Amino acid sequence: MLDFPRWKVTLLWLVVAVGILLSIPSLIAGTPYAGSWPRWMPQYKINLGLDLAGGSHLLLEADSADALKQRLQSMEDAVQTELRRDPRIDVGDVSTAGGRISFMVRNPTQVDAAVERLRTLTKPVALTGNRDWDVQVVDSTRIVLTPSPSGTAQALKDAMSVARDVVRRRIDPGGTKEITVVTEGDNRVLVEVPGVENPDELKKLIGQTARLEFKLVDLSANPADAQQGRAPPGSQVLPMADGRGFIVVKRRVMVSGDQLTDAKQSFDQNGQPDIDITFNTAGARRFGRVTQENVNKPFAIILDDKVLSAPNINEPILGGRAQISGSFTVQSAHDLAVSLSSGKLPVKLNVIEERSIGPDLGKDSIHKGALASAVGVAAVMIFMLVTYGRFGVYANIALIVNAFLILGVMAMFNATLTLPGIAGFILTIGAAVDANVLINERIREEIRRGRRLLDAVETGYREAMRAIFDANVTHVISAAIMAYFGSGPVRGFAVVLLIGVVTSVFTAVYFTRMLVALWIRRARPRALHI
Amino acid sequence: MKLLKLVPENTNLDFMRWRNVALVLSLIATVASISYTVYRGLNLGVDFVGGQLIRVSFAQPIDVEQLRSKVDSLHLGDASISEFGGPKTFQIRLPKPAGNASANAVATRVKQEVEKDYPGARIESVDTVSGKVSEELADNSALAIALAMIGIAIYIWFRFEWQFGVGALLTLAHDIAMTLGFFAFTRLQVDLNVVAAFLTIVGYSLNDTVVIYDRIREDLRKYRKMAILQLINLSLNETLARTVVTSLTVLIALGVLMLIGPEVIFGLAIAIFLGVLIGTYSSIYISAPVLVWLGVKPDSFLKSDEEKAAEAEPA
Repeated sequence: MLDFPRWKVTLLWLVVAVGILLSIPSLIAGTPYAGSWPRWMPQYKINLGLDLAGGSHLLLEADSADALKQRLQSMEDAVQTELRRDPRIDVGDVSTAGGRISFMVRNPTQVDAAVERLRTLTKPVALTGNRDWDVQVVDSTRIVLTPSPSGTAQALKDAMSVARDVVRRRIDPGGTKEITVVTEGDNRVLVEVPGVENPDELKKLIGQTARLEFKLVDLSANPADAQQGRAPPGSQVLPMADGRGFIVVKRRVMVSGDQLTDAKQSFDQNGQPDIDITFNTAGARRFGRVTQENVNKPFAIILDDKVLSAPNINEPILGGRAQISGSFTVQSAHDLAVSLSSGKLPVKLNVIEERSIGPDLGKDSIHKGALASAVGVAAVMIFMLVTYGRFGVYANIALIVNAFLILGVMAMFNATLTLPGIAGFILTIGAAVDANVLINERIREEIRRGRRLLDAVETGYREAMRAIFDANVTHVISAAIMAYFGSGPVRGFAVVLLIGVVTSVFTAVYFTRMLVALWIRRARPRALHI
Repeated sequence: MKLLKLVPENTNLDFMRWRNVALVLSLIATVASISYTVYRGLNLGVDFVGGQLIRVSFAQPIDVEQLRSKVDSLHLGDASISEFGGPKTFQIRLPKPAGNASANAVATRVKQEVEKDYPGARIESVDTVSGKVSEELADNSALAIALAMIGIAIYIWFRFEWQFGVGALLTLAHDIAMTLGFFAFTRLQVDLNVVAAFLTIVGYSLNDTVVIYDRIREDLRKYRKMAILQLINLSLNETLARTVVTSLTVLIALGVLMLIGPEVIFGLAIAIFLGVLIGTYSSIYISAPVLVWLGVKPDSFLKSDEEKAAEAEPA
């Protein structure tokens, strides 16, 4: 057991050297020496959690009612478009009451054809064998489209991944910042932005769904009815964005924000902030055609179901470019432009948890944490030295190597160090010597029992191993559960504990055993002072 | 160099003599702790009940009453203000706003008020947790602690014998109950970090228990004729030096963290510190005596070894 061949010694030192090398970039980060670390050396670095680096944490939850509504609306648009295509199928008013799309087919002979064509709009849901919408015929002429549960679930999943990408583009249009945007669970998005102390800016960017639509104004509507919220069939009543009254528009969407390629904040001829938008080819063609057909009629520019403005179409707009005016400030026009060019959110997101940490608190925590770590390690080392002498020195070398290894492994996995993580680090340091205490006490015991030196050391390491193993498994169980259930900072704590368990067994058992073996081989001691 | 020996060699303390007294005391303490926690309740942080927590540091020491009346004048509900780590740093806690969307508006108003009246004041951090999230966090925390306890007890059962698993579970229940009682009594705020501490206690307070169980198992195999009380005493004495030294190193490290570490994790540090302290006691006076009452005998292991051998042989 104390027989250490040369290759084993080399391997152990190699692991230690790699660990130390990996930890250095994280240790010198933020100090004047950071620049002098050679480029060809490993550059892995430990991330600082938001509680140390400062920043904002937002947990967003999808508004599932809004998701259903949006899905229903886009299906309705698709149905209308499909039925108008040649050969046209005439239908009565389309109702979306009760979360279903239903309408009468005027010509009973066309019912089968309509069902056939609508079925092509539905998609199979992966792995279920169902389609995302059920198309049924009721009372021989009424067609009803009902969303299937698996289709709804799949749609939410798709919506969440689109929402995640949209949120990322809005917060970080350049794609250069170190932000975290991930989906969590079925219907949540977690956003973490280091360095942003005030999350209000973020929330403004995320808060808008930014669903832009152009619809024709329904001039046939009776204004009195509109005030009551009643609209003629095929039209709807929408509020003005500035809160001044209502306007009746046709339900049919002329062009929507999906067909934009770009949006920029600009100024109109009066010097008021507005937004320049550019349509893609299909959007430009459609916008051109609709404006051509409706010259001298007003159309409404609608954002998130509120009418921004309803200008008159003076002439056909053919170039695929348009300006949106409203009562904007430069900032709100800019925010809206960012939101529009990043695409609409497929579902409205509500903030359900929000945490922000100033940069000074983090710096103070790092400073105090580092100091506490240093003092704690020093105190434990002095205690080990006076208790075990030479064997205490070996345990202390293992302790220092362990500290470097924990940092090195964390850097290699790009793990995040949080404030509780610092506590985990100190706890691991304190507990890591337990393995050496177990071994050394056992050696003392075996010597008292009269074993010879080599035999005592060998038995000490072997007999202590069982308890060390079992104790560490209990730590792994609790840390793993913590990593699974914990969020952010707490998970950071668990990660440090998990890494610490592995590295401390390595240093406290294998590494010290090598040091002891080399010493015995070199000095050939007669008696053990332990 | 003369080496430090905190525990003299070959101690022969009769721990088990006091086991019934210790049991009664532990039982009383546990029951008292649980009833006190139920009666008084824990000082749960915004993580678990929802609401807002704003930490502010001021340029100069300020008058708390003045700050309190200023915050109260905003009519944001029951605000509580407490010192946090020094006379210049305070935390302002606000309940969940009635409406859903206005949560942030509340924080903004407090921020504006503070920044207007106290030049140089800095908002260090703002936490806003909705009722839905806080409920989930509370449920998940309770579930995680329960799972960790059961998982570890099963592991001990698997590695040793069922009596040892029961002993581990009772020890854990005692340690957690006592620490909860401490938090109920001191009114220290229980936040997510403290739950992490409880999970850590589940792992680390059992450290001593595992070491002692390991030695009892070894001695059971070695001294087949020894009476169980005598054998447990022997095992406890053999591991005493290690118990004392390890507990001290962990307590030293955590003590330093508690005294000079960052304020935000004071709750976490003190909880683990306490857990280790209680765990050291309970490993001797709960984990070990339970084995006597559950009838562990020298042949507990031998028998199971024979059973395993019998199972391995084809019928």
